[in-house]
Amino acid sequence: MANEVVDHGRRRFLTATTAVVGGVGVVAAVVPFIKSWEPSARAKAAGAPVTVDLSKIESGQQLIVAWRSLPVFVVNRTKAQLDALPSVDSRLVDPKSDQGSADQQPKYAQNENRSIKPEWLVVVGICTHLGCVPDYVPVIKPEPFDPDWKGGFYCPCHKSRYDMSGRVFSGVPAPKNLQVPPYHFVDDKTIQIGVDPKEAG
Amino acid sequence: MANVFTNIGNWVNERAPNMMPAYRKHMTEYYAPKNFNLWYYFGSLAILVLVNQIVTGIFLTMNYKTSAAEAFASVEYIMRDVEWGWLIRYMHSTGASLFFVVVFLHMFRGLMYGSYKKPRELVWILGMLIFLVLMAEAFMGYVLPWGNMSFWGAKVIISLFGTIPVIGDTLVQWIMGDYIPADATLNRFFALHVIALPLVLLLLVVLHIAALHEVGSNNPDGVEIKKGPKGNRWDALKPADGIPFHPYYTVKDLVGVGFFLMIAAFIIFFAPTFGGWFLEHDNFIPANNLATPSHIKPVWYFTPFYAILRMIPSFFGTAVWGVLGMFGAIAVLFVLPWIDAGKVKSIRYRGTGYKVALGLFVVSFFMLGAVGAGITAEVIPEWFGNVDVTFWENLFGRAMTLLYFGFFVFLWFYTRLGWEKTKPVPERVTMHD
Amino acid sequence: MTKRQLHMKHYIFSLALAFGLLLGSASVQASEEGGLPPAGTSVSDQASLQRGARLFFNYCVGCHSLKYVRYSRIAEDLGLSEQEVMQNLNFTGAKFGETVVSHMPEDSAKQWFGKAPPDLSLEVRAKTADWVNAYLNSFYVDPSRPVGWNNSVFPNASMPFPMWELQGVQTAVKKPGSEDEIEKLELSSPGKMTPEQYRQATRDLTSFLEYVSEPAALQRQKYGIWVLLFLAGFSLLAYMLKKEYWKDVH
Repeated sequence: MANEVVDHGRRRFLTATTAVVGGVGVVAAVVPFIKSWEPSARAKAAGAPVTVDLSKIESGQQLIVAWRSLPVFVVNRTKAQLDALPSVDSRLVDPKSDQGSADQQPKYAQNENRSIKPEWLVVVGICTHLGCVPDYVPVIKPEPFDPDWKGGFYCPCHKSRYDMSGRVFSGVPAPKNLQVPPYHFVDDKTIQIGVDPKEAG
Repeated sequence: MANVFTNIGNWVNERAPNMMPAYRKHMTEYYAPKNFNLWYYFGSLAILVLVNQIVTGIFLTMNYKTSAAEAFASVEYIMRDVEWGWLIRYMHSTGASLFFVVVFLHMFRGLMYGSYKKPRELVWILGMLIFLVLMAEAFMGYVLPWGNMSFWGAKVIISLFGTIPVIGDTLVQWIMGDYIPADATLNRFFALHVIALPLVLLLLVVLHIAALHEVGSNNPDGVEIKKGPKGNRWDALKPADGIPFHPYYTVKDLVGVGFFLMIAAFIIFFAPTFGGWFLEHDNFIPANNLATPSHIKPVWYFTPFYAILRMIPSFFGTAVWGVLGMFGAIAVLFVLPWIDAGKVKSIRYRGTGYKVALGLFVVSFFMLGAVGAGITAEVIPEWFGNVDVTFWENLFGRAMTLLYFGFFVFLWFYTRLGWEKTKPVPERVTMHD
Repeated sequence: MTKRQLHMKHYIFSLALAFGLLLGSASVQASEEGGLPPAGTSVSDQASLQRGARLFFNYCVGCHSLKYVRYSRIAEDLGLSEQEVMQNLNFTGAKFGETVVSHMPEDSAKQWFGKAPPDLSLEVRAKTADWVNAYLNSFYVDPSRPVGWNNSVFPNASMPFPMWELQGVQTAVKKPGSEDEIEKLELSSPGKMTPEQYRQATRDLTSFLEYVSEPAALQRQKYGIWVLLFLAGFSLLAYMLKKEYWKDVH
C-alpha cells in the first residue's frame, strides 16, 4: 500500500504556501471589521470644524463651544491677565510647553501665550488628569486654593490648577498643560476650530 | 520555543487528561470513509457559514438599533456611514441565503445516500432540529431591518398561530406583545435572534457532530466501513476503508471552501440583492402598517412550505389545515427513518422506483417554491393566455403538494410490500478508479 | 476517459446546473418587473452621475429629501470638490457633512399633494431603475387630477411634473373605444430639450438616484474583482495541496 515515495518537500511547500496565502486572506478579511470601529461618517460630520464668532465675547470672558463633543474654552484675556502670566512661570511644570507638554498644542501655539493672537486663548477644557472640566476662575485675587492666584482654571475634581494659558501648576495631580486644538482665524472676529491655519490655506 | 509549547501542552494534559484524546477522536483521527464525493462538502460549508453569520452578526449588532422607530434607518446607517458596514451587512444577508442553499443540499445528500437510516437516526433528527431552529432564526433575522416585507412577513407568519383553535388569537397577541407587529415584537425577536437561538443552534451542531462521530459517517456507497476489514496505513485497528480526517478531509474541504467563497464573493460584490431574491425590493421601503406590499411572499427558502400553506383550503370553518400541512411537510422528514424500511442505503443500489420517487420529490420541492414565490401565477397567463390563473395555480400547487407528501406514502409501501428491487451492495466502498 | 474523469465531468455538470438554476431564477425575478424598457443606467459613469445630481438638485430637492445621503459623500463619490457641491448643489444651507433634507414642511406638503413627497434615498432599490426611468418619461396632462398631471406608469400619482419645461407637454392617446386605457403618450408641445436629450437627462437622473440608493455599489465593484482573483488563486493552491495529499489514498 505505502510503497510509493512521498515527496515531503513538495508537501511542506504546498502546505506552507496555502497556509500563508490563506493567512493573508484571513488578515485581509479582518481589516474591514477592525475599520468598522473607526468614527463613522455621521460621527465625522458631527465632529466637523466649528466656527466661533468672537465679537460677542467681551474682554475677560469665556465662551464654551462644543467641538467633537468636547468643551472648548475660548477666552478673551485681559491685559492684566496677560501681564501676570510670566510671574507664575516658576511655579509651573512646563512653562514653555516644550517638555512633557510639547505635544499639547500645535506648533503655531507653542509660545508664551499658547495662542495665535495673544488675547485669544483656545483650549480643550478637559483636565489632563482624569478628564473633568475645570472651572474658569479669572479674577486675580487670593483664592482658598491659592493665596497668590493670578487667574486661570481650577479643576473641582482633584484640585488641579492651570494658569490663564492653560499651563498646569506643579504639585497638582494633572501632569500636562491643557490641550490647544487646531484652529485658525478666518477673519479678525471669527475663528474656526478643527482646522489648522495652513490647511485652511 | 518548541519546548515552551510542549511544557504548556503537558501542563494542560496533566490537568485535563481527556481533552487531547477528545480532540483527536473528533478532528485529527476521526476516520471517515475515503470515498466521499462532491455532496460531502456541504457539512463543513454549513459550519463555515454558521461562523460567518455569528461574526458578521456580532458586528452588525454594534450599530443596529433595536427599535421600530430607528431600526430601518440604522441598517441604512450601516450601509452608508459605517466604514465597510455594507460589506459586513451583505456578508450576513448573503450568508443567510447561502446557509439554506448549503443545508438543503446537505439534506438532499442524506436522502440520496440513506444517511438517515439506522444507525444514524439520531444524527438525522438532530440535523432536522437544526433545520427547524435555523428557519426560526432566519425568520426573526428577516424581521429586524423593519422594512415593509419584514413587517408583513412577521404579520403573516405570526398569524399562522392564530389558526390554532381556541387559544389562537390570544397566542398571536402574546407573541407580538401588541396588536400588530410593533416595537415589542422587534425587541423580542432581536433577543431571540442574536442570543437565544444561536446558543441553541450551536449546541445542536455540537450534538449533531458528536452523534455522527459515535456511529461514523455514511458514504456514497452506503457501506458501513466499521463492519469491513480493519487496518490501514495509518492505524492497524481502524477500518481499512477509512482515512484520518486530518489531513485528508481538511485539505479536501479547503478546496470546497475556496470554491464556495468564490460563489459567495461573487454574490456579495456583484449581486448582493440577487435580483430581489436575497434582499427584496419591498424591504427597502420602511415598515408601513397601512400598506401591504403588492407581491407579499416570504424569502425564497420558505417558499415551498409557504406554498403548501396556501394550497390547502380551509374547511370545517378553520384555516388550521394549511398550517398543519406546512408543519407536516417538515414533521414528516423527522420520521423519515421509520417511513423508509428499505435495507439498502445508497441510491446507487436502490430500486428504480426510489430513484424516480426522489427525483419527483425534488421536482415537487422546486415547483412548490415557484408557486410560493408567485412565479407560477405570472407564468400561467404568459404561457396559456387568458385563463383562470387562480384555478390553475391552485390545481398545480395542490398536485405538487400531493407529490411532496406522496413521496413519503410511496416510500412506506414501496419498502414494505417488497416492490423494491435493489442491486447488490458491494462489500467495500468503491473508489471509481 | 477514465471512470474518475467521467465522474468529475458529472459533478461539474451538476454544479453548473445548480448555479445556473440559481442565476436563472434571479433573472426570472429581474424580468418580472416586466414591460418596462431598460433604463440603461450606469453608476460607474461619473459624468452621467454629475449631470443627474445637477438635475436632482434643480428639480427634485424642493420636495424630495435624500435623508440618508451626505453632501460630503456625494462630493467624494462624484469627484466634485467641497466648493462645487456647496455652491452648485446645496441650496438649503446645510453643512457639508449633513444629509440632503428638503426644505418643504411636511404639513403643508400633505395639504398640497395629499401626502408628503417620499424620501428618494432608496427609491431605485425599492422600485428598480427601469421603473423610475419609465416614470420620469410618462407624465401627461390630465385636467381631472388636482395637480393637472397624471402618469401612465404610476396612475393617479399625486406629483406635479416639474421637468415639463425640459420635456415639454405630453398628452395621452386613449385606446380606440376605451375611456381610460392609454395606448401611447404624444408630445403635444415641445420643451427646451429634444426627446433624445430628455431621455438622456432622465437616464442621468435615474443613474444618480441609483447611486444614492446604494453608494456602496462603487466600492463593491472596485474590490470585488480582486477578492475573486485572490480566491481563485487560493482555490488553485488548495486543490494542488489536496491532490498531493490524496496520492496516499487508494
